[in-house]
Amino acid sequence: MNTFKFAFTGLKRDWYSGELRLIGISILIAVACLSSVSFFTDRVKRATEQQATELLAADLVLISSKKIRSEYIDTAKTAELIISLNESFRSVVVKDDKLELAEVKAVDSNYPIRGHLRTSDNLFSEEKISGTIPSQGSVWIDSRLLQALQIKLGESINLGAAELIVEKILTYEPDRGGDLFNIAPRLMMNRADLGKTELILPGSRIQYRLLLGGKSETIDGYREQINIEDDDHLRVQGIKDARPEIKSALERAEQFLGLAALVSVALAGLAIAMSAQRFAIRHYDNCAIMRCLGLQQRQITQIYFFQLMLLGLICSLIGCLIGFFAQEGLNQMLIGMTQKSLPEPSWRPVLSGVFTGLITVLAFALPQLVRLRKISPLRVLRKDLSPVPLNNYAIYALAIFALVLLSPWQSGNINLTLYTVAGLFLTAVVLALSAKLMIKVLKQLQPRLKMAARYGLANIARRSNQSVMQITGIGIGVTVMLLLTLVRTDLLEGWQNRLPDDAPNYFLINIQPEQVRGIKAQLSASLNTDIELHPMIRGRLIKINDNIVNPNAYKDPRANRLATREFNLSYADKMQTDNRLVTGDWWSLDENSKNYFSVEEGIAETLGINMGDQLTYSIAGQDIIGEVINLRWVEWDSFNVNFFVVSNTAALNTYPSTFISSLFIPETKRSVLTDLVKQYPSVTVFDIDAILTQVRAIMNQVVRTVEFVFIFTILTGIAVLFAALQSTHDERTHESALMSALGANRKQIVSGLIAEFMFLGIITGLLSAISASIIEMALAEYVFKMDIIINPMIWLIAPLVCCLIIVSTGLFGTRKVLASSPMLVLRKT
Amino acid sequence: MDSNSNNIVQAKGLGKQVPSPEGTLTILDDINLSIKQGESLAVIGISGSGKSTLLGLLAGLDIPTSGTVVINGSILNDLDEDGRAQIRNQSVGFVFQSFHLLPGLTALENTALPLELAGSKQADELAKQRLADVGLSERIHHYPNQLSGGEQQRVAIARAFASNPKILFADEPTGNLDQKTAQRIIDLIFKMNKDNGTTLVMVTHDDALASLCDRKVIMAGGRITKES
Repeated sequence: MNTFKFAFTGLKRDWYSGELRLIGISILIAVACLSSVSFFTDRVKRATEQQATELLAADLVLISSKKIRSEYIDTAKTAELIISLNESFRSVVVKDDKLELAEVKAVDSNYPIRGHLRTSDNLFSEEKISGTIPSQGSVWIDSRLLQALQIKLGESINLGAAELIVEKILTYEPDRGGDLFNIAPRLMMNRADLGKTELILPGSRIQYRLLLGGKSETIDGYREQINIEDDDHLRVQGIKDARPEIKSALERAEQFLGLAALVSVALAGLAIAMSAQRFAIRHYDNCAIMRCLGLQQRQITQIYFFQLMLLGLICSLIGCLIGFFAQEGLNQMLIGMTQKSLPEPSWRPVLSGVFTGLITVLAFALPQLVRLRKISPLRVLRKDLSPVPLNNYAIYALAIFALVLLSPWQSGNINLTLYTVAGLFLTAVVLALSAKLMIKVLKQLQPRLKMAARYGLANIARRSNQSVMQITGIGIGVTVMLLLTLVRTDLLEGWQNRLPDDAPNYFLINIQPEQVRGIKAQLSASLNTDIELHPMIRGRLIKINDNIVNPNAYKDPRANRLATREFNLSYADKMQTDNRLVTGDWWSLDENSKNYFSVEEGIAETLGINMGDQLTYSIAGQDIIGEVINLRWVEWDSFNVNFFVVSNTAALNTYPSTFISSLFIPETKRSVLTDLVKQYPSVTVFDIDAILTQVRAIMNQVVRTVEFVFIFTILTGIAVLFAALQSTHDERTHESALMSALGANRKQIVSGLIAEFMFLGIITGLLSAISASIIEMALAEYVFKMDIIINPMIWLIAPLVCCLIIVSTGLFGTRKVLASSPMLVLRKT
Repeated sequence: MDSNSNNIVQAKGLGKQVPSPEGTLTILDDINLSIKQGESLAVIGISGSGKSTLLGLLAGLDIPTSGTVVINGSILNDLDEDGRAQIRNQSVGFVFQSFHLLPGLTALENTALPLELAGSKQADELAKQRLADVGLSERIHHYPNQLSGGEQQRVAIARAFASNPKILFADEPTGNLDQKTAQRIIDLIFKMNKDNGTTLVMVTHDDALASLCDRKVIMAGGRITKES
């Protein structure tokens, strides 16, 4: 006998029976969800790989916060490397009365050594590869800056003291700085014009880059040759160590989205297991007859194995196809966040999608179907001879094993996987136990309810295990959706509401000491308020007491980062009003003989700084030692200027510094800034509102992608509901026929069903609202450290949404039940 | 309508055909039957003789392909499914071989169900009374799976009589019970039938049970072959 052929014809026949269809649809949704995520991350990854050589715009880059030392350049010249120098910084670009903060890069004619610049002549017109850089006296700006300033090509802008013509629209630059998700709009200028802008002043925040190109062995030789040990400001980046932040951001995104998609797989697995169980039960008689007719146990296993593999394969491929189209949706949602259009995806996600589909169907459905081989042929005579039921623990163990097997492969991180699977499992267990408890409590109400409600509740309670599964499945999806929508808004609003109306909305930086008096006077006069300017000195922490600060000794990545980079230090006579002393005292005005430090408590804890410690900072090549005499609490989100470390005035006032200020400028007085920048072109103005708006826009985009993934979770939750409805279909049909025989009209039967689904919806909604609120409170308390009023809408929206989903799905799933004839009750069951 | 107002159920020229792969299959053919109020009628016959189909048509669970059924003055053919449901609720009670209790509802809730469907305000009180009539006052809060087969059938009888039906249709009411319990159930059905003045139409293949009825019809091949 050809078991494959038999399996194939059986598959076609059983497809119409319903259970297989649901197994197929569940695979399809799970694979579509996973593959859309993998297609998308694959594209982003390929984009990153393709750009690897371009990312630096060179083969080696020296990056410094101070001017690149001439010895590095001379050595490069001797080694006959191609050299290109550039400077990047943030500055305000002015066009008439419009101000916009831009990321400025001043380049020379060798730029870029690797890769190409691309430009266009019109907004949204086709981009062209450019072999040149902006000519002297002109700039290239990106479309965002063009739109923000409402400017046309050929018109002029002011950058610092220079007036420059906008020549082209810059669409792509290889070593675009910052994160994958860039914030500030871009401006590229000719390095020869830099002097005219008068923006390069002592203490200005500028990144200097030396780009080098050459053969790899020459580059390696150069890298060994230069001595950078004593250069605290310098970082060297080769192709291999380029853009670690992109790599890790991408990996994190892939892991997170992959694990989110895993929730769908888990739920799909549940739906598959439920459907497979019913499928198996309905095939007991068939198998008994086939066994009677001589089919071997081995052949039964083969038949169902082939059927599942075939179904898994077909549905996984269709799932991948849907995933392919869905990822385009993801791509559209994230447009603008990635640098340029992404390359076409590879075939790898298809392989992984099919693998996932097959593993899922085998893990969740096969155990149910393998039971069929145990059917006794005697069942043809004795209907009560059913195979021994499966051990539930064995099924759970297999399912969890399958998920763990799939997840590290999806997320690439076994710890993250274990935590997520454990977290998911815990949430599911808590939801399930709460659902069980809630059903028990509600059951007590049953006698007091009206008929339809009583009937509905009775159905939920009677099938409590299934009800719990449905509640858990849909509940997880809805909880996440609530967190992403309502809770996110709550947290954001909670935070924004804490800000007073006159919270600073602008930062002024790069103020030179000699400008302090003039700026203070000008702003105080125009705004009728006292403006505080704080000195800012850059220094690196090199010693805590006698211990040299070694960044690698800190396991905490934040501490590591803080120990690596330069700090902004400040000095003051008085403590700022939004600071509070945690321990120790503030210094008095006349204590000028010693150096004192006041350290923010958070950073003190991160870096292991205690009261009384002697800190050594290296500032402009000199070491300064001071004692920590107090720890401060700082209200960071007041938007006032604040510093991690502040000294007494005498300690730092002799070092080169710039000044910084934050101030509130009402809408009506924005022209004050235009005047200020015109008079002091080197001062950089940050518009906090604009930054917040951009951050919020990026957050919304990210949230939308996560929501997108969780839509699949809800879909698989619905598949669980369908599977549960399907497994009770015969029972429901019979009950409906009985109700009808007892005189119930259609309306009464429908009311009973609606009541049942509404109860399910309300329980699911309430539990989702509770879990989302608990997570929200935990986030507010432990992560955001703020008081929060939970949005009361959550209690209305969650049950409403769940009722809507469950009632509509439920009525659709039971539509055939309503058509059942009351005559059914006369058939002997 | 028949001129004889004593007839609570009347079937005229009743036929039922269903499509089958071999063409139309006739299950019932030209059945004429009148049942008087308070009468008890046994319908007997072998499997496949059409007796359950006849019961279904007489009780308004299904509609005939030809002929008419009149219950308590209402012509069932003229009514839609909801109309027939109303007749079943107001005039008809059922006792089935497999009891057919709703597993999620207690004995009391099962008994009260037809009353609640009819919108009765005293559903619980009346149902309790009926359960007392069948000797189950102590078990009203038990679920079907907590009751024995005989007890479940007693709940089904209490449910059948709950709304004071004019006609009780019983389909093999003792088919799933042991002999001793079956006898108790039969006694109960006939007692309740007598106490309530209900008309009884009972399908059975048990001659002894059939002989307890006032009248019996024997069916074969979808037709009434004998009436006594």
